[in-house]
Amino acid sequence: MSTLSRSDVAHLARLARIDMTDPELDSLASELDVILEAVARVQEVATDDILPTSHPLPLRNVARPDVVTPSLSPKDALSGAPASEDQRFRVPQILGEEA
Amino acid sequence: MITRPAHEMAAAMDSGEITSVELTQAHLDRISEVDAQVHAFLHVDTEGALTQAKAVDDARARGEKVGPLAGVPLALKDVIVQNGIPTTAGSKILEGWRPPYDATVVTKMKNAGIVILGKTNMDEFAMGSSTENSAYGPTHNPWDLTRIPGGSGGGSSASLAAFQAPLAIGTDTGGSIRQPAAVTGTVGVKPTYGGVSRYGLIAFSSSLDQAGPCARTVLDAALLHEVIAGHDVHDATSIDAPVPQVVHAARNGDVKGMKIGVVKELNGDGYQAGVRSRFEESLELLAKAGAEIVEVSCPNFEYALAAYYLIAPSECSSNLARFDAMRYGIRIGDADGASAESVMNLTREVGFGREVKRRIILGTYALSSGYFDAYYGSAQKVRTLIMQDFNNAFTHADVLVSPTCPTTAFKIGEKANDPLAMYLNDIATIPVNMAGIGGMSLPCGLAPEDGLPVGFQVMAPAMQDQRMYSVGAALEASLLTQWGAPLLSQIPALAVAK
Amino acid sequence: MGRTSAFTDSSIGGGKVSLTYEDVIAKYEPVLGLEVHVELNTHSKMFCGCSTIFGGEPNTQTCPVCLGMPGALPVVNEKAIESSILIGLALNCSIAPFSRFSRKNYFYPDMPKNFQISQYDEPICVNGYLDVEIDTDEGVKKFRVEIERVHMEEDTGKSLHVGGATGRIHGADYSLLDYNRAGIPLVEIVTKIVPGTGKYAPEVAKAYVAELRDILRSLGVSDVRMEQGSLRCDANVSLRLIGAQTLGTRSETKNVNSLRSVERAVRGEMIRHAELLNRGERVVQETRHFQEESGLTRSGRSKEQAEDYRYFPEPDLVPVAPDAAWIETLRATLPEQPTLRRKRLQAEWSVPDKEMAAMINADALDIVESTVKLGADPTRARGWWLGEISRIANEQNVTIADLKITPTDVAEIVALVLQGDLTDKLARQVVEGVIAGEGTPASVIESRGLKVVSDESALMAAIERAIAAQPETAEKIRNGHIPAAGALIGAVMKETKGQADAARVRELLLGHLGQSVD
Repeated sequence: MSTLSRSDVAHLARLARIDMTDPELDSLASELDVILEAVARVQEVATDDILPTSHPLPLRNVARPDVVTPSLSPKDALSGAPASEDQRFRVPQILGEEA
Repeated sequence: MITRPAHEMAAAMDSGEITSVELTQAHLDRISEVDAQVHAFLHVDTEGALTQAKAVDDARARGEKVGPLAGVPLALKDVIVQNGIPTTAGSKILEGWRPPYDATVVTKMKNAGIVILGKTNMDEFAMGSSTENSAYGPTHNPWDLTRIPGGSGGGSSASLAAFQAPLAIGTDTGGSIRQPAAVTGTVGVKPTYGGVSRYGLIAFSSSLDQAGPCARTVLDAALLHEVIAGHDVHDATSIDAPVPQVVHAARNGDVKGMKIGVVKELNGDGYQAGVRSRFEESLELLAKAGAEIVEVSCPNFEYALAAYYLIAPSECSSNLARFDAMRYGIRIGDADGASAESVMNLTREVGFGREVKRRIILGTYALSSGYFDAYYGSAQKVRTLIMQDFNNAFTHADVLVSPTCPTTAFKIGEKANDPLAMYLNDIATIPVNMAGIGGMSLPCGLAPEDGLPVGFQVMAPAMQDQRMYSVGAALEASLLTQWGAPLLSQIPALAVAK
Repeated sequence: MGRTSAFTDSSIGGGKVSLTYEDVIAKYEPVLGLEVHVELNTHSKMFCGCSTIFGGEPNTQTCPVCLGMPGALPVVNEKAIESSILIGLALNCSIAPFSRFSRKNYFYPDMPKNFQISQYDEPICVNGYLDVEIDTDEGVKKFRVEIERVHMEEDTGKSLHVGGATGRIHGADYSLLDYNRAGIPLVEIVTKIVPGTGKYAPEVAKAYVAELRDILRSLGVSDVRMEQGSLRCDANVSLRLIGAQTLGTRSETKNVNSLRSVERAVRGEMIRHAELLNRGERVVQETRHFQEESGLTRSGRSKEQAEDYRYFPEPDLVPVAPDAAWIETLRATLPEQPTLRRKRLQAEWSVPDKEMAAMINADALDIVESTVKLGADPTRARGWWLGEISRIANEQNVTIADLKITPTDVAEIVALVLQGDLTDKLARQVVEGVIAGEGTPASVIESRGLKVVSDESALMAAIERAIAAQPETAEKIRNGHIPAAGALIGAVMKETKGQADAARVRELLLGHLGQSVD
């Protein structure tokens, strides 16, 4: 049984912002089929009466006091930027919704 | 000197037998002699290491009180950020990035006078069990250069086995400290989740990741454990409690009256014969040392691997979203008229390796609407079941044990095209991460059939990490008596390039 | 053919053909939904210690955490949690005994991690309400707006679009990003759908946001400055035929940044929807952007491709589980509810309804109250703040709170007038001087020489000179033609540069010319 089609993987790749070629989508679709079949085993024991655990620690209410601590210098903040201008990160044109 | 344990190196510096600069230089020399074959390092910080070493020597000369590992060199897994030092996490997407800050473990090590030699190779973003997924080429196992050194922290474990460093830092999400330790005949410890700060550890799977010590002896691991552990206000999931007395436990190595539980499900079919025989012998030695060996059952462990390969990819799909060519790292396709979105898409396609993309897509799928409950949700329930299994087992035993991996080191390339076979390598190490408890791997001999190291895993309840060190030290002592010399004395000599 | 739309065809034929608001409400019932984002006024950001001060140089308030650098981890600001709980309590919500942060995954360059830490299915506060009153022709009407949830999240950075047309995103060549705002704590307050407002929907929306703003200000949790974006409103509007049960398709108008705009946006969307529906067309479920100049909305991105945010519990943070003791400690600090406070002050100060409304509209309640607390008479305090000071503020296009004059200054001026040391006219000059930055009222009086001339011999001398200059006028007064006194008083006031008390001058003049004062 095939779980994922090329277009399914293409949709996921778009959500994950990865530009994949068709051959890559196809090979990934078949690999993911195998993996998904194996991992779907979790459903055998995941019954309704079991509470999910998202985190191994039983901690609660960990917070920091509202105190200002030193920021990076703008030079350090921008040190890894592929491009910068006027102390800002320069990025290619943003297509999409106006913020 | 470079083959000695770290604590002996520290003692030699305390007595004035050697300086940290000399010791550091000896390791730097060793790296330049053998790393062309081993490829454990992605970056060697010669200048920084010698400067640090000089500072420790000066402090000792002034008669200042220094930490127990002051002046000892260490290899740092490249998934941990160090201010101003290239940090890539084994990925092309971060090529050239120099972080403007130190990870908490780095700060703690610097404060303790530990000399950081450089950054070690790893599977890209810690995803893998062989270090073959590094964008910068594989690391070779010093026991047999045609074999893998384990992964993801293969660079760290190989550097220990190749005597390039006496100490290393690894990170363990599903076995990335313990499995490399097992296949290189070294010691690796994954502390209790929250025992060591994750601040500055480039996240793979946040609810599973944990940094820990790698060394050639149990005591060395304990000494390093104590340096890096403890509460950190920069990590909300860090445990605010005293660090377990691991050094004390490692020095005593006392297992008298201790109940050691053998996990039935982590031994048997699929485990190499030599792995099983060395494991059984170790159990006998522990029994002789005064421990009581019992069998425990953890029936839900068989679902751990499946749950892990949903949870880790889900979290990684989100954690790795930040690598988008906007603020740091490489940028591909920024031509006239290109959009931010197309540059992100292209950079991520080119910058991520195959395994990373596979897991991002898998995780994106597992979290997507309509599939969340069936995959991520079910995996979280399995996590509950695994924790219940551990809780039950720990009512019958103080620690649990198993072989660390089903097999010894496999050949480079052998499993590269079979993700599932590769994933099976972590079958015995993953349950520990799922439950957030501690796990240790230490060498228990060579498999007769291939002469390669076998790892023995000890698992302890959360925040009872000292129990692993008690068992580890006891077994190590018994084995040393049996062998007459450390296992690594049997490693074939590497050709030395001059 | 149906009617043409005012929005697409307004330029055709030179005249607007459009539905009137009355047409819309005769046929349709509006259903509102309001989402308000509030920037909390904590000192540090939601998950790191960077400062939140508005208007800093770009990227000076950033660190590995709020830049989303590899390895960095968030830690929640305790004050932000407490502020959120306070907001929930003030809005009559239940405070969740267990609440969590989740990751909302989507890519956008202003969001450093490409996920927003937010709250999804386990918000900190749920199920509250806020009662609002609006003034109508039929008298004051009360509406209950039910609150669905109050949750915590983090703000994004700011983009500056370069090239193309006037800083707009469309047509820009590239963008420049400043992450000072990234990670500033936000609280999102989401109403349930609000039916039953009928024709008052726009006013109810405005009143709700205004009341919410007052509550937030009284709690001291936010600067609530809509023009700076520290309070932003998204208005969801849908229409259904009167009597219909099912809801219509809604549009979501983003970032409406003034109270007046909230009202205009809702009204505008109601008309736009009605025109579409009357033409038999579909309302598209989409995001729309409010245009301040025209009062109309412009289409943003249609939501035909529903976002898949892949929410999951944020593994870097632990749950927030406030216990009863913590909640009660916070509840004990809740200030008086703004509505109750307004009613109390109105009674205490005996302010007529209309003036009270003016004071609230001008945001002058706090400042007047402070002035009164410093001893000023409420009517006079109100008179200064809403009169002269408001006039100057309007001229300068700022709010009264932005001016350099303080409640202490005004209380002092009121006292000086009362003691007879200043006339109203002089007092106005003092106010002007204080606002101009010339110092305290005392120093303005000193440097401008604005003391009332109370030396009676000096006044008498001036009166003598005025009589000498206008003997005929003086004669008329002697003969009982009192109204003629004005000309002589005027001359005296002119000579003393207005610093004499005109009433006293009149007294002295009439006495001197043998006339009784009354």
